[in-house]
Amino acid sequence: MKQSGRIQLVIGIILGIFVIFLGRLFYIQVVTDSYSLWAAQNAIRQVTVYPARGVIYDRNGERVVVNRPIYDLMLIPIQVSAKMDTASFCALLQMEKSVFIERVQKARKFSKFKPSLFQAQISVEDFAAIQERLHEFPGFYAESRTVRYYPMGGAAHVLGYIGEVNNEKIKASEGYYQMGDYIGIAGIELSYETALRGKRGVKYQYVDVHNRIVGSYKEGAFDSVAVSGESLELSIDIQLQQYVERLFANKKGSAVAIEPSTGEILAFVSAPNYDPNLLVGSVRGKNYRILANDSLKPLFNRPLQAQYPPGSIFKPIQALIGQELGLLKPTTRFPCGGGYRMGSHTVKCTHVHTALNLEESIQFSCNPYYCFAFKTMVDHNGNLKPSEGYDIWRTFMNRFTVGTKTGIDIPNEVKGILPSVAYYDKVHGSNRWRANSIISLSIGQGEVAMTPLQMANTMAIIANKGWYYPPHLVKSVGDEKRIPEGYNVKTEMGIQEAYFDVVMEAMQKVVDQGTARAYGKLDSITICGKTGTAQNPHGKDHAVFVCFAPRENPKIAIAVMVENAGFGGVWAAPIASLMIEKYLLGGTKRPELEKRILEAKIR
Amino acid sequence: MRTTSRSERTIFQYIDKPLVGLYILLTLIGWVAVYSAVYNEAHQSMFDLSQNYGKQMLWIGTSYLIMAVLLALDFRIFEGISPFVYIGALALGIGVALFGREVNGAKAWFEIGSFRLQPAEFMKFATCMMVAYYFSNTDVSIQKNKTKLAIAAIILLPIAIIILQKDTGSALVYFSFIFVLYREGLPIAYLLYIGLTILIVVLTLLLNEWAVAVGIVSVATLYILLSRKIKPAILKAILVAVPAIIIVFSVDYAFDNILQEHQRQRINVLLGKVEDFRGAGYNVHQSLIAIGSGGFWGKGFLQGTQTKFDFVPEQSTDFIFCTIGEEYGFIGSFLLLLLFSVLLIRILMVAERQSSRFARVYGYGVASVLFFHVFVNIGMTIGLLPVIGIPLPFISYGGSSLWSFTILLGILIRLDSGRKISLR
Repeated sequence: MKQSGRIQLVIGIILGIFVIFLGRLFYIQVVTDSYSLWAAQNAIRQVTVYPARGVIYDRNGERVVVNRPIYDLMLIPIQVSAKMDTASFCALLQMEKSVFIERVQKARKFSKFKPSLFQAQISVEDFAAIQERLHEFPGFYAESRTVRYYPMGGAAHVLGYIGEVNNEKIKASEGYYQMGDYIGIAGIELSYETALRGKRGVKYQYVDVHNRIVGSYKEGAFDSVAVSGESLELSIDIQLQQYVERLFANKKGSAVAIEPSTGEILAFVSAPNYDPNLLVGSVRGKNYRILANDSLKPLFNRPLQAQYPPGSIFKPIQALIGQELGLLKPTTRFPCGGGYRMGSHTVKCTHVHTALNLEESIQFSCNPYYCFAFKTMVDHNGNLKPSEGYDIWRTFMNRFTVGTKTGIDIPNEVKGILPSVAYYDKVHGSNRWRANSIISLSIGQGEVAMTPLQMANTMAIIANKGWYYPPHLVKSVGDEKRIPEGYNVKTEMGIQEAYFDVVMEAMQKVVDQGTARAYGKLDSITICGKTGTAQNPHGKDHAVFVCFAPRENPKIAIAVMVENAGFGGVWAAPIASLMIEKYLLGGTKRPELEKRILEAKIR
Repeated sequence: MRTTSRSERTIFQYIDKPLVGLYILLTLIGWVAVYSAVYNEAHQSMFDLSQNYGKQMLWIGTSYLIMAVLLALDFRIFEGISPFVYIGALALGIGVALFGREVNGAKAWFEIGSFRLQPAEFMKFATCMMVAYYFSNTDVSIQKNKTKLAIAAIILLPIAIIILQKDTGSALVYFSFIFVLYREGLPIAYLLYIGLTILIVVLTLLLNEWAVAVGIVSVATLYILLSRKIKPAILKAILVAVPAIIIVFSVDYAFDNILQEHQRQRINVLLGKVEDFRGAGYNVHQSLIAIGSGGFWGKGFLQGTQTKFDFVPEQSTDFIFCTIGEEYGFIGSFLLLLLFSVLLIRILMVAERQSSRFARVYGYGVASVLFFHVFVNIGMTIGLLPVIGIPLPFISYGGSSLWSFTILLGILIRLDSGRKISLR
């Protein structure tokens, strides 16, 4: 029986379907590339290779900040066995079963197939025990990362800390940072973030349906290696730093030491301080809250942000500016009489002197002398109006970093207070004020405030006879020891070197035979210094001592501030002189003095 | 002695070489695909019997043996043994439904050591033989109701047994015999009815049932209005439209009440009503990714990531086409489709040149069964048809199916090689 035409129809159906299938195949294989993208997403996993953050050394090559491995325990819910021994797993991690269940559910909610963070930052010690038995619990695996570790345990306020990057910074970084990255949040860690962070690497790996790594993608052709962060060399001498931190035990205050010839900060102490290891890893949040709630404010960066009326340490600067303006000479004398009277108000002096010359005025810290000197500079500077005289005086003061930032290489420096002409015009009315209206400024009281860092910097300027490099905490960056940008630019005071002689002579006498002789003087090193008492409306006055040493070719300029310690000569000067001994001689020969300071409790 | 040698020479002389060549080519392509799909660096030996490709090598070897035995048999015995083969296969099928081992919800396997046997595969060629056997009776004509009933019974029996095994997908294979019946004189209207029914079912599932019903009524009305003779047109329109509307309203009922949840899900995913890449749509989605990512030239031998890393489920059995699509791209897929088309057309041509009705009907049966498998299997991997668990002939891993397809094709080749002799 022949059935003509029937075979043709059947063949036609076969060919028709052949064509439909080809069209469909052409579409999914050639036309659209969305399936290739899906395939890549399926099988290629991008693994971030975190670079080691830069190591930080002190000026003598001592390791101050290093990296320590920690482990993140990850979980892929789909791989967890139904027969898993939860009880022994919880025991291994020292975890409540309810916490375990909660975390597993959270991970499951995020994705059954993708890894979730199960427990963050397990220490090497804790992980050793876990690692041994981890293979018994499929679905759990560890990823290693590093956290900061501070073998010396000091200089917390210098170093700052790192933490997980927040959303704002992720957005601002335009793709550099990802969720879970660490970033410098304070101190050197923040300001040198770009040098320290290094460059992230990336590895492309094949994963199978169970998210197991089964090989590298195209033999690693697209992988990039992680580049470690650059190391930093601090200007800090960690031995000196720690010594000063010990001297400040049970005290509040600051000490800043600068190498005048370079602007390198040798010590930068804020007391009370804290162990930087407290702000590392998983305990950071908890410890941060404890420190933030401490009434003594250990997190407060005093050298950088605490502002005090400078008091008598203002006097050497006044003497310099007066000379440069041609209004003071070493022979200029002003009467003391125990006080500077103006109408009903008197600026008292601590002693009743005879009329002193310029050198003696510093040595004996004569207040009325500087009232007269200030009056001369403001009211009687040639034919200038008081406001113009004040403005010139203030410009010089600003050069000494009074009322301006020093430009230190960590963020959040405050600039202190030194009011402008406009401010006084507003308070008193334009041209309605004179030196007497603002006479407290002459002796570093009233509407003026400086940070300990600024105080130390003024000493560096005097030690250098009229110039400074911006003080900085990082001596060099990287293996090629680059000086951080901007820190080899000199700032000049515009004051002739000759004018410094009388000031230095006076400051040497302050230590040798003046207000600081009792505890400040050293036999082998000439120290130039000035005591001060910062008035404290809230309690006992703050003790201030600023100095530099040796007088010739100075190696160290120091400002010490001990809060609520009264007169500067008693507490601040000995700390400064112990610092000089430690730094220049390697240690003190006055153990009883050292012991007295170490044991003193002043709060 | 002389006669034997003469008859052997005739066998080789009249064997259809294109069919044998295509058969060998496809089984070898299948082996390469299986090797690629389950390739594992830990097991490098191609003959490792613990791996599917090692076993497949064994299945291919035994299949060639089976083919050789079939060609050595006297071609005249096939017609005679057909009823016994059919009954034997059905008995095995019932046996497995009662005593078999359950895998993935289907009770379709006998387990012998580490090997599994699937009797449903053998029912395919058995049914083919039985249908051909029935048609070879002289008084049979598809126009007769008695013939229709008998054929329906021959086809429905294995379907019933397979449904008993809870392996519904395989049961659909038997509907492919419609092509055999069409060749033997079934009016084309039946094909049209089936096509129309499928169209209505798909439309109903996609759209609102009332919209489809209104559409049918509109088309019928239009047909009546455009016809010259109104009365017979009304009759025809009612004869088509009424059952069509009944189908429309029973589809939803069947969909909600007869189909199982996973079947409903598969259909919804196919129709694009549900996007579920993790659940019911996972297989098809991953299959599309594997094939789609192959591009024009493919990723190359052993370079497929989607199949090799187990993203595609059943990658060596039902979804074996993914490996070909991924590793050999559009070119490879095209060539494989071409090979299958050539094979099917060749089988049809071979069937047509048979002088015995048994051989011709059998040939059409072979073409229909193979066509259904290729069409549904590849259709599901490229997301055009719902997921039905049937193998790709000669390519998919599996001993039972390869043996069964070998026997299916082998009998035809043997029948064909004897056609000249039967003429004498």
